[in-house]
Amino acid sequence: MSAGSAIFGRHERTALLGPIVNVNPIAVQVLGICSALAVTTRMDKALVMGIGVTLVTALANLAVSLVRNYTPGSIRIIVQLAIIASLVIVVDQVLKATLYELSLELSVFVGLIITNCIVMGRAEGFAMQNPPWLSFLDGIGNGLGYAAVLMIVGFVRELTGAGTLFGHVVLPLTKNGGWYEPNGLMLLAPSGLFLIALLIWALRTWKPELQEEA
Amino acid sequence: MEHYLNLAIRSIFLENMALAFFLGMCSFLACSKKVETAIGLGAAVVFVQLLTVPLNNLILRYLLAEGALAGLSPALAKVDLSFLAFILFIGTIAAATQVVEMTVDRFMPGLYTTLGVFLPLIAVNCVILGGSLFMQERNYTFGESVVFGFGSGLGFMIAIVAIAAIREKMNYSDVPAGLRGLGITFVTAGLMSVAFMMFSGIQL
Repeated sequence: MSAGSAIFGRHERTALLGPIVNVNPIAVQVLGICSALAVTTRMDKALVMGIGVTLVTALANLAVSLVRNYTPGSIRIIVQLAIIASLVIVVDQVLKATLYELSLELSVFVGLIITNCIVMGRAEGFAMQNPPWLSFLDGIGNGLGYAAVLMIVGFVRELTGAGTLFGHVVLPLTKNGGWYEPNGLMLLAPSGLFLIALLIWALRTWKPELQEEA
Repeated sequence: MEHYLNLAIRSIFLENMALAFFLGMCSFLACSKKVETAIGLGAAVVFVQLLTVPLNNLILRYLLAEGALAGLSPALAKVDLSFLAFILFIGTIAAATQVVEMTVDRFMPGLYTTLGVFLPLIAVNCVILGGSLFMQERNYTFGESVVFGFGSGLGFMIAIVAIAAIREKMNYSDVPAGLRGLGITFVTAGLMSVAFMMFSGIQL
């Protein structure tokens, strides 16, 4: 970043805001689906996972970008993995110390942030060619785009599957004397795939330039 | 023996890595356009998984677990290094992938050209790391980790070959414009996931 050039200029805005809709990591770049679906049965899990991925992506992008001129091409993957794994260990330890119950439910998926394609993909595809500040913003943007999809899917799944949001009762269930009969399928694996498919369909109908050739 | 058989069936069908835990989704979607590449990738995953899960099991047991270093010096008896598991696991996986790549290149050049691009990519496949992390979380013994490594890899292979076969047929279908490509693949994977749920009724 040259001195005096806008800290929040046009490029920076694109890096930060682009990934939230236009180049959304999940719906458009097809990155990071692996862990995205398994943690969306409840909104609190989705939120924590979204925050974790945003932090790791942003800091990993920053670190990778800082050392990009000193990293030989042949060992760059190992360097990136070492940086990412260290950051994920920090996130995991913080989660265990502060939100122990939730970290048990997220189980292996916190560790799987290491192989989350968003983190690796952005480190390799963006941070290796761009200056630190821009890479940092790109990481935040991609993390937020990921978190946004997670929150939408989590909202639908928790509301229709259990009648709650963040664990608070919104639709009283019939078994507790209310009127809502929960749809158990929404809490199982397939519904996550269907919901993402619908989300992609909606996004591509809204923005036809994203459609693929048959 | 029966216990190991149960574990194998459980890890192949009931807890299928791709369709029940969504692990390895990126390569599951990206490399499933043709059956041939899907078989190649699947075989490589089975192989690396069979190598890394037991290896990580040994590392965990004899290097990281609390008291594992007691043999070196009594002062180390209470050292618990299991928080380092992530970084060591990923190191093992990257190294194992490299070794597999070199071995295949040296002894099976035909297979190497078929797999080519996919071999190094396996290092960042969530199935591999996920397998090791599940092994840690469920405290598998060494024997169990061998069976689990093989079963979870094979489950992934079955899933990716099946979806590739379906997608080859689907080339001739008329899909709505917005759903083409990625969207319809998700729907297919969802339906396969429903189908695999039927295994959850099996009592083992």
